Amino acid sequence: METYEKGMEKLAMSEKIRTYQQDIVGDGIESIQKVKEPHGDNSGRAVKYALIAVSVLFLFVMLVLPLIVVIVNALRDGWAVYIRSVRDEYTVKAFWLTVLATVAAATVNTFFGIFAAYLISKFYFRGRQLLVTLIDIPFSISPVIAGLIFILTFGNVGWMGDFLKAHGIKIVFAVPGVILATIFVTFPFVFRELLPVMSAQGKDEEEAAGLMGARGFTIFRRITLPHIKWALLYGVILCTARAMGEFGAVSVISGHLRGKTNTLPLHVEILYNEFNTTAAFAVSSILVILAVLILIARNIVEWKQKK
Amino acid sequence: MYVEMKQINKTFDGFLASNNVSFGIEKGHLAALLGPSGSGKTTILRMIAGLDKPDSGDILINGVKVNNLPGSKRGIGFVFQNYALFRYMTVADNIAFGLKVQKKSKAEIKSRVEELLELISMQELGKRYPHQLSGGQRQRVAFARALAPNPQLLLLDEPFAAIDAKVRRELRTWLKEMIERVGITSIFVTHDQEEAMEVADTIIITNQGSIEQIGTPEEICKNPKTDFVKDFIDTRRYEALKQLMNE
Repeated sequence: METYEKGMEKLAMSEKIRTYQQDIVGDGIESIQKVKEPHGDNSGRAVKYALIAVSVLFLFVMLVLPLIVVIVNALRDGWAVYIRSVRDEYTVKAFWLTVLATVAAATVNTFFGIFAAYLISKFYFRGRQLLVTLIDIPFSISPVIAGLIFILTFGNVGWMGDFLKAHGIKIVFAVPGVILATIFVTFPFVFRELLPVMSAQGKDEEEAAGLMGARGFTIFRRITLPHIKWALLYGVILCTARAMGEFGAVSVISGHLRGKTNTLPLHVEILYNEFNTTAAFAVSSILVILAVLILIARNIVEWKQKK
Repeated sequence: MYVEMKQINKTFDGFLASNNVSFGIEKGHLAALLGPSGSGKTTILRMIAGLDKPDSGDILINGVKVNNLPGSKRGIGFVFQNYALFRYMTVADNIAFGLKVQKKSKAEIKSRVEELLELISMQELGKRYPHQLSGGQRQRVAFARALAPNPQLLLLDEPFAAIDAKVRRELRTWLKEMIERVGITSIFVTHDQEEAMEVADTIIITNQGSIEQIGTPEEICKNPKTDFVKDFIDTRRYEALKQLMNE
């Protein structure tokens, strides 16, 4: 890497080619390289601006416009109505359930993600690739199916239905089900962020520390953690964002019990179906604000990661 | 014999990495494991360090069977091919790590780190991080870090592979002098015969998981025992090298 950079610098000096940093893969850290700026002829520039225009237009129609609609509609009937909708008893309960499910999912998946990424990147065993594929399943499976899976497993007619009933444990149409579904749909995020960083680190440093007599946890704390901390935080943020907005799986398993198993996204849908449009948009705006906060946090972490 | 390998066998997923390997290295010697890549030399080093386990056979260090002893209890220092310096610790913290793990007193750690920084002539650079060092400096730090807990045996995996060809010779001489000065039994892995001839006083030639020949550089050049050694060792280069060294 170092020699490559030096080489590029020399090349740049000798041929007066401008270089700039580019994150080629877009993972934030692994692949930032100095690249030659493409030739400054006009055709290249035209392509560049055309692509920028397409991207901006697309983002405007798909993202900015809908966001503006949410805010405008939320405030349509004035500030007082907005505040009343937001402070409504069921909205507040839905908000706290969303927070609970999100915190639970982020916590569980942080530990799981670290363990899984550590296992896959530092040990060799048969079936490693299969395990990675299994962990990715929530990415490829429809969340609605995920919800159904839990109903069929833990519901009254499900495999474990009788056992759970006998022990008085309620999962489906109850808070534990909402949490389980949220954990399920978000569990690959932390793992996916950590895996490339941990794999790139190799295991030499850990082996070196081990040979000097350091134990597992010391090695993790002193050697592994400093290396992965920004990627870890990034993964947790992505996981949080996804957990907050989860609809499909939670919708199936929650039973839409107002004030009991309703999360914010479900509450928005209920309000909307009741033609209570202003309230629906007002509640949506809470999610939008949370999303913006997460986006800011994400950018700070990304920036730190690059440094 | 300080280090002894007795009929060691090791396979990785059906690949025979060590085939009935036996040899011994005397105390205070500097031995080279020399062979083409994939000949099993690094596997031997890693088994001595306890990073890999042999399928069968015994490993003895100082007369004690160490097969079931973790690497950290074998009294060894290990220099990794890419040095594996702890990138989020300063040079001084890197060197101090092994001592901290052993819960040595702060004063003791400080004096030992200073002593080692002086040994590698890097007193001024203790506060730097590995990425702020040149390849040669990194190697010296890795060397100091491996020596910090006073090991009885030093193992080096391709110690010059990551270094510019220009400074390699210089570092070779430096490392040989250092090892002689510290007086530690050492084994290093290399695929470069010139390196082995110049630095080691015992050479162990490996090929396809087996030992082809063991001897001093002189013996191996004058009397290659197998066809492989005859092909692998370029005698003319050795003669030229010897002349160069005499001058």
